[in-house]
Amino acid sequence: MLKKRIIPCLDIKDGRVVKGVNFVELRDAGDPVESAKEYNDLGADELVFLDITATKEKRKTLAELVEKVAAQVFIPLTVGGGIRTVEDMQFILRAGADKVSVNSAAVKNPELVRKGALKFGSQCIVGAVDAAKRESGAGWEIFIHGGSKETGIDLIEWVKELEELGAGEILLTSINSDGTKDGFDLEMLKAVTAAVNIPVIASGGAGSIQHFVDVFKETGADAALAASIFHFGEIAIRDVKTELEAEKIPVRIEERK
Amino acid sequence: MIAIIDYGAGNLNSIQKALEFVGEETVILEEGEQEDIDKYSGLVLPGVGAFPGAMKRLQEDNFIEFIEKFVAAGKPFLGVCLGMQLLFEWGFEDQKTAGLGLLKGNITKMETEYKIPHMGWNQLQIIKNDPLFKGLPENPHFYFVHSYQLTEVTDQVLATVGYGSTVPAVVRQDNVIGFQFHPEKSGDNGIKLLENFRELL
Repeated sequence: MLKKRIIPCLDIKDGRVVKGVNFVELRDAGDPVESAKEYNDLGADELVFLDITATKEKRKTLAELVEKVAAQVFIPLTVGGGIRTVEDMQFILRAGADKVSVNSAAVKNPELVRKGALKFGSQCIVGAVDAAKRESGAGWEIFIHGGSKETGIDLIEWVKELEELGAGEILLTSINSDGTKDGFDLEMLKAVTAAVNIPVIASGGAGSIQHFVDVFKETGADAALAASIFHFGEIAIRDVKTELEAEKIPVRIEERK
Repeated sequence: MIAIIDYGAGNLNSIQKALEFVGEETVILEEGEQEDIDKYSGLVLPGVGAFPGAMKRLQEDNFIEFIEKFVAAGKPFLGVCLGMQLLFEWGFEDQKTAGLGLLKGNITKMETEYKIPHMGWNQLQIIKNDPLFKGLPENPHFYFVHSYQLTEVTDQVLATVGYGSTVPAVVRQDNVIGFQFHPEKSGDNGIKLLENFRELL
């Protein structure tokens, strides 16, 4: 049986790991290569690197960073932030990433997802989506530019379109939950996992071990992502997995001989 | 030194880095670079993409004869993911395509109630012990990404994985070895497995 994945997310700025709380306030939490090695040792199932200041000039810096990490850490690596073209995707994949995530660029140019999936395979393309509840209370809409710009586009319609375009996975961040540490947005996740047949990574709101139990018990999420609670040692990945296993949720824990 | 076959199957970086990490020298072999097989102690066929296109490229780039000679010389030949699938007789991805035919069996679409592709960490059931598994935990986890599989659990299957049905995950017949998962993405277990492969060289 496939295991539910626990994924630390490392926000990258100028080659360092930072985490935006509510997307605004930033704190420095270390060196990316060292962090990646540490997370591998602690039992992370996969890593996500998000370049939050990605510009064309800095793309090379990011690729160099990916290359360094990929030479030392042998678990799947997803890289996102500022990927706007198929050439950008190729550049990052060649550097050693296994998957690239696209967010704003996919909203502005959905063909990017289709072209990327055709060229590299769906398993390489992650559709990252930031969404928030509509003020009217009727469903959710997606936001771009790091959660700062409203689009009016319906979340459920958009994730279905991403699947149709060939995305292999959805990385769903709830803007309402992100940074609150009050738990994942279970309602939003239930709706999205019911709407698509591709894996969904839950993001935003993890604050306790119980939140991970809740997200896997109550929604169809395949993976759960968190950043600050792992970076600052508030919660250990091992403890999360031990508790999930006790709750009969399949996770990757190696039984030593 | 291990030669890694480059036939346009995408990212060879990860498998190369992982082999270097376990202390092996590597070289990427492209079309026209198939020199004397004596130069290499092992050969790796990676693979991302589809079965028909991969076989076509192997033919066009003159790798088939090279592989056959290498295998006939008794040297370890490892196929990873699609590279493992190509070891068999026939592939049924998109259209019926002849594979390398080094091992008996066919490659067909996975039949399962679960999501396809089978993507993520899953646990092996080792059915035949082998030096390749030395030092691994019981039921070790490996990272899979695939939609097709070896249809039957043949005599050459050393380990399987459960995904609604039983899926062959490790095959071996003498010096011909295949991993359906990605050892280069499977953390410490993947590194251990590659170390064990290196012991065979």
